[in-house]
Amino acid sequence: MSTTASAAGSTGETRAYRDYGRPLWRRVLLSREAAVIALLILVWIVGYTQVPHFAAPITLTFLLQDMAPVLLIALPMTLIIITGEIDLSVASVMGLSSALIGILTQQGWAFGAAFLVALIVGLVAGLVNGVLVTVVGLPSLAVTIGTLALYRGIAQGLLGSKAITDFPSEWTSLATGNIPGTPLPIVTVLIVVLALVFGLLLHFTPFGRGVYAIGLSADAAAFSGVRITRTKIILFALAGLVSAVAGAYYTLRFGSARGDNATGLELSVVAAVLLGGVSIFGGRGALPGVLAGALLIGAIASALRLAGITSDVINVVTGVLLVLSVVIAGLLGKLRFRRLRIVKS
Amino acid sequence: MSAATTSFARRGVLGRLSALAAARETGIFLALVLVLVVTTAKSPSFLFSADGFRDLLLTPSTLVLIAVGQAIVIITRNVDLSVGSIIGLTAYLTGVLFKYNPGLPIPVVMLLAVLFGAGLGLVNGVLVSVAKVPSLVITLGTLYAYRGINVVWTGSNRINASDMPRDFLAIGTAKLWVLPVITLIAVVVLVIAALVLRSSRSGRELYAIGSDPDAAHLYGLKVGRRVLWAFVASGTLAGLAGVLYTARYGTVDSQAGYGLELQAVGAAVIGGVAIFGGSGSVGGAALGAVLLLTINRALPVLGIPDFWQGAVVGVLIIAAIILDRLLALRQARKLTVMEDSAA
Amino acid sequence: MPDDIPPAAPATGSTPSAGAPSGAAASTAPAAPSAPAALELRDISKAFGQVIALRSGTLRLESGSIHALIGENGAGKSTLVKIIAGLYQRDAGEFLLGGESVDFRSTAESKAAGIAVIYQEPTLFPDLSVTENIFMGRQPLKGLRRIDRAAMREQALGLFQRLGVRIHPDRPARGLSIADQQIIEIAKAISLDARVLVMDEPTAALSGVEVDRLFAVARALRDEGRALLFISHRFDEVFALCDTVTVMRDGAYIATQPIAETDTAKLVRQMVGRDVAELFPKQEAVIGDELLRVEGLTSPLFADVDLSVRSGEIVGLAGLVGAGRSEVVRAVFGVDRYDSGTVTVEGRALAPHDPTAAMRAGLALVPEDRRAQGLVLGTTVARNLTMAIRSKLTKAGILTRAAENQAARVWASRLEVKSSALDAEVGTFSGGNQQKVVLAKWLATNPKVLIVDEPTRGIDVGTKSEVHRLLSELAGQGLGILMISSELPEVLGMADRVIVMREGRVTAELSRADANPESVMSAATGAGAAA
Repeated sequence: MSTTASAAGSTGETRAYRDYGRPLWRRVLLSREAAVIALLILVWIVGYTQVPHFAAPITLTFLLQDMAPVLLIALPMTLIIITGEIDLSVASVMGLSSALIGILTQQGWAFGAAFLVALIVGLVAGLVNGVLVTVVGLPSLAVTIGTLALYRGIAQGLLGSKAITDFPSEWTSLATGNIPGTPLPIVTVLIVVLALVFGLLLHFTPFGRGVYAIGLSADAAAFSGVRITRTKIILFALAGLVSAVAGAYYTLRFGSARGDNATGLELSVVAAVLLGGVSIFGGRGALPGVLAGALLIGAIASALRLAGITSDVINVVTGVLLVLSVVIAGLLGKLRFRRLRIVKS
Repeated sequence: MSAATTSFARRGVLGRLSALAAARETGIFLALVLVLVVTTAKSPSFLFSADGFRDLLLTPSTLVLIAVGQAIVIITRNVDLSVGSIIGLTAYLTGVLFKYNPGLPIPVVMLLAVLFGAGLGLVNGVLVSVAKVPSLVITLGTLYAYRGINVVWTGSNRINASDMPRDFLAIGTAKLWVLPVITLIAVVVLVIAALVLRSSRSGRELYAIGSDPDAAHLYGLKVGRRVLWAFVASGTLAGLAGVLYTARYGTVDSQAGYGLELQAVGAAVIGGVAIFGGSGSVGGAALGAVLLLTINRALPVLGIPDFWQGAVVGVLIIAAIILDRLLALRQARKLTVMEDSAA
Repeated sequence: MPDDIPPAAPATGSTPSAGAPSGAAASTAPAAPSAPAALELRDISKAFGQVIALRSGTLRLESGSIHALIGENGAGKSTLVKIIAGLYQRDAGEFLLGGESVDFRSTAESKAAGIAVIYQEPTLFPDLSVTENIFMGRQPLKGLRRIDRAAMREQALGLFQRLGVRIHPDRPARGLSIADQQIIEIAKAISLDARVLVMDEPTAALSGVEVDRLFAVARALRDEGRALLFISHRFDEVFALCDTVTVMRDGAYIATQPIAETDTAKLVRQMVGRDVAELFPKQEAVIGDELLRVEGLTSPLFADVDLSVRSGEIVGLAGLVGAGRSEVVRAVFGVDRYDSGTVTVEGRALAPHDPTAAMRAGLALVPEDRRAQGLVLGTTVARNLTMAIRSKLTKAGILTRAAENQAARVWASRLEVKSSALDAEVGTFSGGNQQKVVLAKWLATNPKVLIVDEPTRGIDVGTKSEVHRLLSELAGQGLGILMISSELPEVLGMADRVIVMREGRVTAELSRADANPESVMSAATGAGAAA
């Protein structure tokens, strides 16, 4: 114990602090994200070599189109789950956005204007979640099961069983077309841009550090000046906004606005986020893993479909992967925890 | 209460009545009565007709079963999202057993299906309690996996009423005096579950575990085993619900029970079961289920298109959790006052 | 001047109890028992992988006696307690209960054998009634194995009466004070008819009155012939309550002695293995302009609090636990709300309920609960060190790990944080090392006023004197320091001025010359000099 050295002003020996306790390869390769990315690459290689037509560009196009809503909403969902909360209402906000766009365009609104209204409503829907969770102080799981029913109910109440299918082709082609000269759908641009924005926000800003701190220890975060209420409200609002965008995309892609559009998609989003290595208890996880998680689900679905296996198997695969990933992570974590506890005692 | 100033005397008859009035379940019950009164005033046949009375009791029965199971799980600070998928699988198994093994006695088929549900619940329970993974994640996974297995197994196949024995289907419509048999089954299950949770040592341990799992472990309670049994109970009740679903509707496809998990959680939350465990009752969850489905049936009668059902359910859930929060705050204040005056 | 302060000595003026009854007869080593002890551990060892938590745990508890177990953090006390509780299983050594060798696989088994362990933070089930908490798992039954609630309630009332407390048997455990939670734990132990009661730092969060009540209960239990083990960091309590004391160091047994045959200095030597520098008295510093002024601060938890801190000054905020001191500084820093009053820093009013504004104005708060409030336990040293300055480390809004590490390295070495890498998780650190991280984190904000809430609670003697030296140096550099401490010698040794609170109000403001144990305690308790 170097108890005699002076504390402030550091007159004693200076200590050398390494940046990292473990070598680079261990940090990178043993991370949860690396495992998901490796699995994604593996599925890709198997698909490419074993599954007919998997290598065709159109496969990538469909995969990205199919997974676009999940990829988009998984971005804000990742941040929300890292703060220790959850938002199950996202697919209902998609449905609400879809229904609004349908009704308003049918009444003669320009698509752009209808889209804007849908965005605002999505933002408000997210704000309502955020306020109920933070200001009123209710558990987000219960709140968003409630708003899941509420927002979906409004969407279905507005449209009934109607489907509105008449959308201007310049807009639908945005959702179905590709970036010229590539197999990548135009929505890829949106995904990449938003992924960069959310990636920067989470990993390279003081706000992002606050997000992790809230999930690990809300008390300590508050004592360090992290604005918990504001942070969470912003995240829920962002989830609402992005879900509204995803709802508009969904509507245009299928050319159909219905109250029950994207029912159940919230579970796919949560599955992708958790599969990507985000802890349901908050505080841990990273965006690259989540993107890989979503793409992994998409790639397996594509491969199965092309291999002639009924694509419903994807549900089994998703479920089993999700369970396995957390069980394995749990077992590894238990080992780690045991080591931690030792040092403490 | 002036009695509290001298001792913490047991409440008298009046005290008990006021406790009853304050109970969370009473609120839900009154809401249910209100819905019935208003709707029946608009259209007397809603209650006062053979069909109306039957539907009032029969419609919620399946949901009551899984809401009871869900409440048991939620009380331990877990959640079972796979119940809808378990209903799907057990309902289809019931149909398949009848269709391809016509020789099997009806009770055997029913028992097998219920056991199948218990087995699926056991898988959840083992994963949650042994692998120590949060149940939200595990049961989200098994929601997918069970439903996927169901879809693959069923394909586009569909079990129709003609594939099943008439006696079995009769369970769906049979009555004992004025009470539908399915409702009676639900009530019996409810009473047993309520007794176990309220008055048995193991039942109280479920509350202790949900109230603080770490403390329960430190106390020496068998946390893993209790949680495992809670999931088995939920799976068993979902299995029973699957069997009764088949008896009642007579047709089963791969989508049976789809989305019921959220209704079950919703019913429990509306009935006052705290989502983070430790408090609430199966009776409340059952009342929540009845209220939820009765409102759904009342809306068209009241002239509201039934497309708005979801919105009403959502408002109900949110109102219920806000109410619970307010009640908790009020109770905390009241206790402080009581002890101050007692001290 | 602090010369008259007894070194780390009984603070409340209670002298080491002379007549230690049964303990006096015990030999200085726990060997050669004539009658079987209530509980005896011999050379217990426990390792976790590579790390040896306990080398030779030895302890002998006699019935009808209160035994103290002391040692620095990391001495192995907690591991020993957890082995007694059945939470851990020993690797080697003997564990005898009433002369019989036992082998507990779980807490349930040790409980069944008559051992009750009361942890520092009692672990009750918040949603259940206090009655259910006492009887969980062994409720009285009536027909059909149904729980007999009426009988259970009667028994609970009987227990409360015996302990002389008024707690409503039907109230949920949520919201009970820590003292009342401990009473529930003790009621549980009595209802179990536990022969051995282990109390792991039970007084850490209690006020003076509550400590007195607890001690009365403990003595009553001793007189009933039970064996009690009392773990504490506070020497005054050890001397006031216990009959025998065992010292541990570095996972090993050092000595057992009757309390009458030892004194504080001797115990400290045994704990540390050498003489430590005594409390570091504050150096003289130039007292300058007023930096912080609080006027009329009022909330449901405190009322009309006035205080000020000047440059170069250490202001001690004394009082019993529960007097509202932590609540005041939390409100000042903006973590909690207050109803009325003003906080000004360097003459400028501070916006209420906004820690960010407080930080910007130059306030820093090292909170009471290091592990829950001071640190984000799941993350790294670097992230913790830079948590409060993370917004200042950005370039064009972007915060990089390199920038964090650079700043973290500076502050880690300034406070000599013990860690080889910056990405080590702080959860693995010792209490003293963690406290250095918290201090560094706040010094990094370059504060004008540093508020420290129990800065040395639960940290080892060595780091403690380091912290005192640091605070003194900081004052010398012109910082204003507001220090909450429940250790009287610390307050008296360090503070230029002492403000005393009782029941949410300031009851005295004493200059260094006027502050002595009697004046502070009488203001803190509202009575004459403390008992």
